[in-house]
Amino acid sequence: MPFIPHTDTDVSSMLETIGIDSIATLFDEIPDHLRLDSLANISDGVSEMVMLRHMAERAKKDESALCFLGAGCYDHHIPAAVWDIASRGEFLTAYTPYQAEASQGTLQLLYEFQSMLASLSGMDVANASVYDGATALAESILMALRVNRKSQHRRVLIPESLHPSYLDTVKTIVPHQDIDIKVQPCPEGVFQLDELALGDATALVVQQPNFYGQLEDVDELTRFAHAHDTLVIAVVNPMSLGLLKPPGDWGDTGADIVCGDGQPLGIPMASGGPSYGFLCSRFEYVRQLPGRIAGKTQDAEGNQGFVLTLQAREQHIRRAKATSNICTNQGLLVTAATIYMTLLGPDGLRQVVQTCFQRSHELVDQLTTLPGVKRQFEGPFFHECVLDIGCDAETLRDRMLERGILAGLPLTDGIENRQESLLVCTTEKRTAEDLELYVRTLDHVRNNL
Amino acid sequence: MSDFPTDIYYLPTHEWVRIDGDRATVGISDFAQTQLGDVVYVELPEVGIQVEQGGEVAVVESVKAASDIYAPVAGEIMEINDTLDAAPETVNSDPYGAGWFFVIRVESEDEVPDALLTAAEYKQVCEEEAG
Repeated sequence: MPFIPHTDTDVSSMLETIGIDSIATLFDEIPDHLRLDSLANISDGVSEMVMLRHMAERAKKDESALCFLGAGCYDHHIPAAVWDIASRGEFLTAYTPYQAEASQGTLQLLYEFQSMLASLSGMDVANASVYDGATALAESILMALRVNRKSQHRRVLIPESLHPSYLDTVKTIVPHQDIDIKVQPCPEGVFQLDELALGDATALVVQQPNFYGQLEDVDELTRFAHAHDTLVIAVVNPMSLGLLKPPGDWGDTGADIVCGDGQPLGIPMASGGPSYGFLCSRFEYVRQLPGRIAGKTQDAEGNQGFVLTLQAREQHIRRAKATSNICTNQGLLVTAATIYMTLLGPDGLRQVVQTCFQRSHELVDQLTTLPGVKRQFEGPFFHECVLDIGCDAETLRDRMLERGILAGLPLTDGIENRQESLLVCTTEKRTAEDLELYVRTLDHVRNNL
Repeated sequence: MSDFPTDIYYLPTHEWVRIDGDRATVGISDFAQTQLGDVVYVELPEVGIQVEQGGEVAVVESVKAASDIYAPVAGEIMEINDTLDAAPETVNSDPYGAGWFFVIRVESEDEVPDALLTAAEYKQVCEEEAG
């Protein structure tokens, strides 16, 4: 069949039908500063040689700084084997494996990935990934509304301790679905049980560890939610599950839906993306789970084989009534993550997580001995912590970057009285010397403001 | 050709309904199950919910497609056929018997809604669809 693009006549007839005069009008809602023409520093039509040099110089700026920045994207060590294997042609070029007989390798990999995520999260089933953690949460919310038929209110309760970008994404994806998104303030840095706030919510979102790095009382929250017929949607850092209780074991009954961003498992920070999201749930909800699912089966001769399964949930069969608009997966990143998890194994993962936990606590201990530096919130934290540093956080961040240290994320947006709050993360890559350098530099910068 | 029992009514969307007092038992026709192929899953409604005539009540999934099932009459869902969970293939083997989907408590027992077709009328619909 030849590929015939739309003719100019086709295009103008379609535009006329929907009542607009140009294709550009369709993109009106994208703010100007996010459009391609805002990349003013890149000239048209430079040669490959010039472009490579330009990009290499830009890339250098990212590589040099010592990273104590997290906030959803983390600087973990990625063994060289991960991307060496993931970059093989068979993996690099693989696309949606509709044709099972020609895609056994890709399908088996997806199946292994799902098994690993289900095991990490303590849930029955996992999908083959979605775009990122934030869209995974939006999809989880839509899924919870389909699953919780007892609830009359279509209300979802989200604590303010959730990552703000996740909340933005949720508010972008669900507003036309008649869902009441209620955001609950968390002045103590964690979600406080509140009978009135929960009311008759369809679902409660719990992030563990939360945006501030704090650990929520997930057992109590899960028991409380389930006692009110409210579903629990867990948003987790998969890396943390090497140490923390899996959501499947939260409370007496476990979380109902688990999602999160997979970047910590083998994906470079790469200026914030791409990443992949994962989504797990109880088996009984599998038909409402969006995205691809690879399954293990047998062929006519009894040999083991892998297929895309339960496709009746998906768009190419269910059309408008599909469980999701996301029916794709982040195949390449999932490949890297699967190799990463395989190389480390459960013990290796636990060692990495323990080191992150230990180093971050060492750093916070050292920093809080400085006069005027204290923790913003009490209670346990994971590998990230909000510090009140006693000076303007953005200024401190800029001065420390001049000295080659990415100090963390100043928490200034939309939060009152937090101009002096800095979210600081420490991973297994930071050595004792790095911590010492951080403390010394921070002290020096503060004394010279 | 498919089987079209004459003691029940049909919808053009291939549901059948057997009305007995205030009970309206609903399933899909022999023609529908043949067209769908092997049924692998039936999503049934919750008992106790109210349904409108023509409203979407259930979903039937086969190896080839997923289709919505509409309520032939208005009323409350009295019973659902739980056995389809473990044995959805019953829809293929016995569409007018053990393969029923759900029972609606009919609001008005006296009159048969206009939208329902007789076996002869429904057979004609199928013949046209089969081309």
